[in-house]
Amino acid sequence: MLEHVNLSLVNWARAQFALTAMYHWLFVPLTLGLTFLCAFFETIYVKTGKEEWKALTRFWMKLFGINFAIGVATGIILEFEFGTNWANYSWMVGDIFGAPLAIEGIVAFFLEATFFAVMFFGWNRVSKDFHLFSTWMVAIGSNLSALWILVANGWMQYPTGMVFNPDTARFEMHNFFDVILSPYAISKFTHATTSGFALSSLFVIAVSSWYLARRRHVLMARRSIAVASVFGLLASLLLGLTGDEAAFMDGKHQPMKLAAMEGLWDGANNAPVVALGIVNGMKKPGDFHEPFVYSLKIPGLLSILANRQPGSFVPGINDLVFGNQERGITGAEQKIEMGRRAAKSLAAYKNAKKAGDIQKASAALDEFNKYRNYFGYGFLKAPEDAVPPVSITFYSFHMMVAVGTGMILIFLLYLFTTARGTVEQATWLYPFGVLFFFLAYMAGEAGWVVAEVGRQPWAIQGLLPVSIARTDIAPDNVKLTFFMFLATFTLLLIAEVKIMLKQIQIGPEEVK
Amino acid sequence: MIGSLDQTVLQELWWILASTVGSLFLFLTFVQGGQTLLWQLGRNETEKSLIINSIGRKWELTFTTLVLFGGALFAAFPKFYATSFGGAYWVWMAILFTFIVQAVSFEYRKKPGNILGSLGYEVFLFINGSIGILLIGTAVGTFFTGSNFVLNEYNLVSWTTPFRGLEAAQNIFNISLGLFLVFNSRVLGALYLLNNIDFSDMEAFRQRTRDAVFSNFLAALPFLLVVVVGLLTMKGFNFDPATGQVDMVAFKYLKNLLAMPPVLVLLLAGLALVIFGVISAKFKEQDKGIWFAGLGTVLVGLSVFFTAGFNHTPFYPSRADLQSSLTIYNASSSHYTLTIMTYVAFLIPLVLAYVAYVWSLMDKKRLEAAEVTGIEADENY
Repeated sequence: MLEHVNLSLVNWARAQFALTAMYHWLFVPLTLGLTFLCAFFETIYVKTGKEEWKALTRFWMKLFGINFAIGVATGIILEFEFGTNWANYSWMVGDIFGAPLAIEGIVAFFLEATFFAVMFFGWNRVSKDFHLFSTWMVAIGSNLSALWILVANGWMQYPTGMVFNPDTARFEMHNFFDVILSPYAISKFTHATTSGFALSSLFVIAVSSWYLARRRHVLMARRSIAVASVFGLLASLLLGLTGDEAAFMDGKHQPMKLAAMEGLWDGANNAPVVALGIVNGMKKPGDFHEPFVYSLKIPGLLSILANRQPGSFVPGINDLVFGNQERGITGAEQKIEMGRRAAKSLAAYKNAKKAGDIQKASAALDEFNKYRNYFGYGFLKAPEDAVPPVSITFYSFHMMVAVGTGMILIFLLYLFTTARGTVEQATWLYPFGVLFFFLAYMAGEAGWVVAEVGRQPWAIQGLLPVSIARTDIAPDNVKLTFFMFLATFTLLLIAEVKIMLKQIQIGPEEVK
Repeated sequence: MIGSLDQTVLQELWWILASTVGSLFLFLTFVQGGQTLLWQLGRNETEKSLIINSIGRKWELTFTTLVLFGGALFAAFPKFYATSFGGAYWVWMAILFTFIVQAVSFEYRKKPGNILGSLGYEVFLFINGSIGILLIGTAVGTFFTGSNFVLNEYNLVSWTTPFRGLEAAQNIFNISLGLFLVFNSRVLGALYLLNNIDFSDMEAFRQRTRDAVFSNFLAALPFLLVVVVGLLTMKGFNFDPATGQVDMVAFKYLKNLLAMPPVLVLLLAGLALVIFGVISAKFKEQDKGIWFAGLGTVLVGLSVFFTAGFNHTPFYPSRADLQSSLTIYNASSSHYTLTIMTYVAFLIPLVLAYVAYVWSLMDKKRLEAAEVTGIEADENY
């Protein structure tokens, strides 16, 4: 199976997935939240019957549409990229991974696609109530799409509900509900969608602040801020809670990722959280370099985050690479050894079966079953390969948390000034509103970097490394498509931003 | 309940379901057909706006149906998904590119501040409607003419040409199928516009659209002829159900049609319906032709997919190594996954019902010029 691992190919394939996923995530969060905000605005319109609320709804809807189109454009490629660049992965786990993608199509995409047309073109073609219903359906549909793809992603992070079939050398689903109700999937879904809600609220706040600063569309801007700051505050609080849950999940199921997130090389009781730190890039597993050039630590906090138990032990990267007998941790070193035995016995099983030697086959299968849980580790060359890039993971995680915490304050300030009726005077607040909109984008991307870079080298945690998951193809093909995507998406992004800025400049229609 | 069904029943059921989604997609390519007709039929901005807004309200359904087709194949026939997408890399990448640029084009074409200009997006739409559909047809053609791949003992795919699937475009049968689909989509596009736009005071526009139905139908005929004659006379791939051994058999697909009379009926009825739709539009000045030609396209699509996959036929055959060929029986998911997916598929009628309801609600009144040019035209494409 591992005849030719081509690192250059794997890295180009990873780069391409990262590129397309990160472009996609520029547009999706805004879709997820803005659609709910549009639904809120339109609900107020239908309840009050006031035309200003209709104009306000239509304005935000127009921006939603511009963003939605490019979200769709960048999204289609992701579904098919699993096949084009990760063919081995698709075959080996298609039984489990394909199902949520197909379900996504059936239950979510059609909701979006069907009611989207009503939302934009139905103002004079359907009743007010049906139009409102359609807007809600688009909101629900968009968020359901996120649910299914995040179920699929959650499964890659914490594979459950399946068994390895030695006869077909692939993973097969044996409990669908384990897959969709996996706590990891739920944590992924809630964390990702609430980040979208928060970002969209910041978008509405940033654009509205710009109007307020210019004394244009003041009433509309104030109303938009009022709704967005409430939604944003609730979303950002929930974002914190779900983030805590995500870290707890990492502690339980992806301890290596958690250790990288915090730059924790040697496990400890009462493990600290690094509030501020500069990572020492020279540090490698097992060496004597200091992990940080500078760090400010909060003692004991990581133990609480990871285990919800003060003073508890959190394993570090070195424990996970070399093992820690005292704590009962099997290291990557031993797991690789067992994984190789599993691979060897699987090959022996296949050969014996082909030769018709039932006894030999059954013995080989028994041997395989002993080590099957470590099968994936057998593909790693060295124990150090089990360590993700620590600096990227560390900085991304800390940046995300800092922005996430800061945005709660921003929402509070906007809400407070709105409640006191002084938001029009609080011009000092506007630059922060705009700044945090951009920071929220970076935090969202950083969150995905933590989730995906932090679990390297695995395509499926502990089971299938990326080097095996890829398609067998000459790297030049992947390189070429990488640059094609880079050029196309960048061009479309520039086009989108220009159109968006123009629409913001034009602003909503004023109701006399 | 479903779980007690035999694996082969589920595999066949999922081939029928995937074929249905694929065939519905072929009907919905009236959107792509309309895209390539834009310059030919729209002589001024109002006419162009009417065309874009008429098909623009449906483009996402077509797009979503294509995505679902991919998703359904992934879930139900993962070995096909892995082999074809990973193997025929460039064909699929090229198809996807045409859909990426399509997705923004309706929305951005007329928006102020757009750096590519209306023309840029119209070119994107044309590329999607022509090259995109041509390549999809070519890819479907390989279901009959075969591809160049080998699967190893772990079923991992290697492609035996550096062109990664683009070599399929050298085959006359594949290309003809692609071109037939392009012209058929234009027939459907013109029929759809005839039924959807209010042509009051635009007689010349209406006549042009009506003429386009017939001229594109005539253009499609030679390619249809090549496809039909090719299909009925070519050597085809066959597997022995007992051993799984794949062999080449003379007149295989003709034999399939004769062995499965309902499929032959689907094909003939489908072609008849398409012809009837065209004739009703051209000679009887009827506007409902889209429904006949649309249904006809679905039936022809079903017959093509059924001919490719049933009656001991590998639906994704390999020319490089016959024994690597994929059948619906060796390429499918496990019994458990197919069972779960079948339960989910019970939602499909519900989806079809609300799509049809919203469609009828939105299209009750024809699209008027005032709607796309007036003050209320703000959200329009």
